[in-house]
Amino acid sequence: MELLLALTIGILFAVGVYMILARSLLRVILGLSLLTHSVHLLLLTMSGLKAGAPPLLGEKADSYVDPLPQALILTSIVISFGVTSLYFVLAYKSYQKLGTDDTEQMRREADE
Amino acid sequence: MNNLVVLPLLLPLCTAVLLLFFKERIQLQRIISAAGQSATAIACVLLLVQTGSSGIQLLAMGGWAAPYGIVFTADFFAALLVTAATITAGFCLAFSFGTVGSEREKFYFYPFFQFLMAGVNGSFLTGDLFNLFVCFEVLLISSYALLVLGGTKGQLRATLSYMLINILSSTLFVAAVAYLYGVTGTLNMAHLSVRIAEAGQGGILNVIAVLFLIVFSLKAGLFLFFWLPSAYQAPPPAVSALFAALLTKVGIYALVRTFTLLFPGDPGVTHVWIAWMAGATMILGAVGALASKDVMRILNFNIVISVGFVAFGLAVANEASLQGVVFYLLHDMAAKALLFLLGGMMIREAGADQLSAMGGLISRAPWLGWMFLVAALAAAGIPPLSGFGGKLLLLQGGLQAQSYVLTAISLFSSLIVLYTLVRLFIKAFWGEQPAGPATAVVAEADRVSNAAAKTDARTDADAQTKPDVAANAVAFATAAKASHGSATQPRNTSRGHLVVAGVLCLIVVLMGVGSEWMAQAAAEAARTLVDPSVYIEAVLKE
Repeated sequence: MELLLALTIGILFAVGVYMILARSLLRVILGLSLLTHSVHLLLLTMSGLKAGAPPLLGEKADSYVDPLPQALILTSIVISFGVTSLYFVLAYKSYQKLGTDDTEQMRREADE
Repeated sequence: MNNLVVLPLLLPLCTAVLLLFFKERIQLQRIISAAGQSATAIACVLLLVQTGSSGIQLLAMGGWAAPYGIVFTADFFAALLVTAATITAGFCLAFSFGTVGSEREKFYFYPFFQFLMAGVNGSFLTGDLFNLFVCFEVLLISSYALLVLGGTKGQLRATLSYMLINILSSTLFVAAVAYLYGVTGTLNMAHLSVRIAEAGQGGILNVIAVLFLIVFSLKAGLFLFFWLPSAYQAPPPAVSALFAALLTKVGIYALVRTFTLLFPGDPGVTHVWIAWMAGATMILGAVGALASKDVMRILNFNIVISVGFVAFGLAVANEASLQGVVFYLLHDMAAKALLFLLGGMMIREAGADQLSAMGGLISRAPWLGWMFLVAALAAAGIPPLSGFGGKLLLLQGGLQAQSYVLTAISLFSSLIVLYTLVRLFIKAFWGEQPAGPATAVVAEADRVSNAAAKTDARTDADAQTKPDVAANAVAFATAAKASHGSATQPRNTSRGHLVVAGVLCLIVVLMGVGSEWMAQAAAEAARTLVDPSVYIEAVLKE
């Protein structure tokens, strides 16, 4: 199971990196969110994927899954959500002001 | 248990939340943020005194003991950095009164400033790796906002790339935390240190160490500094001074903590990497500083050089060099803030940011000029000033460890720092004032009003900002034309800002004169870095 997830994470990471290297700003942002997905899955995977009850004491199970990475992922998700929404608005504002969403063209204007 | 430990984080946070309620009342915002900053500074000094007298101070949040809860740990190193950061930021805050402009002040400039301070102080004091990530995000998100606040084209461009780099490095940080948690099963730094030592560092742990090195190097601008020069150029001088003084230092602090506490076990791999990166940083930073013709860009590359310098001390990692790291970090916070504040005043005074358009400022702004010279000499490490002691200790450490090449590179980079800054001084302050500056300002004003016209022409939805931009441009253009008409008339540098810079300059001088005391403090701070078992025992004993 871990191997399967590791492969998935690897593919997500590769696609994310590929998209970050694109010229269009929107692709860059989508690539970033793919990257954050992949590291959240990585956090989950690295703590082990052994079967167990969900971490609720009311379940009265013999063994539970590790609760710590779930808390870490939850924290990381809201942070990346906040940052991503800021980046989207920034990209929108830049499109309005600079008149392009092509990262190459933006840089060319800066050189003038 | 000591609640004082969390105050440097808590006070800016409360100040920031309070400030959110007074959006329109600039004067009140200034008073509150100044009061908050002073209160934080007092708390920091108290914490410093307490750590100095009775060892490492600890606060386990919610009463959960060390490996299970989040602990805030103030050893002398962290306490010194927190104090220096808060005081330096206080000067940047005082400088921002009247220089950042009322539009920015009305759009939550001061709350962002305080949130940034909360993030910085939290990063210095936390004893938990994931909490360090969260504090990093707090300071980074505030820095995005401070960087883009104002919304000029240059700022938008700079923020786009700055944010991209930092989101990427934060993502890698989470990945590194995941790997480390997978291997060790803990996130508390002291506990991690014990577990890593038990497992024996090597193989997978070295890989994780290098991943952390990449993450923190991206934040600190160590070798991976390609984003830094243009990002720090965009914001107003008070903000870039704040960034220059604090942001890279937090990254360096994280590097120092990581490689003295968590991964000291296999210096043959990790520290060699750091050494190469430090050498390359100093050389490339020197090349950049020599090639630049723009005031802020030269100063930005000087940040890069000093980051390389500190990393050199970390790579050597003996007692003298770690002492030098602490000393140099403290000096560098004050000196870089001073240089950037003075650089901002210079640009305002000359009305241009290109060196070729400057000259003869010394007759108009003598105080500014001589203070800049002092700051430049301090940054280069001329004996009576603050940069000397730290550099001496670092070089001593380098020679003791027999890494002659790195020592030579760092001496050479000091020469470049001296050359570039003194060249800046000579070009800007001596000689005749060229005809350039006033016309440059007019050209700038024309550009701005063109841009405003373009914005007007476009039928977009943000009607709110349009009149502001247009009004700004008109005011700017008239001001520029007035100054063009009477180019010989000196434009007044505000007396208050000169005083702010003067006091900071005095601190830089005193840090140099009191090198003996500073070196003692640095030695005290370096004790936990040289021997992390002190730190581990303090955290895990309860």
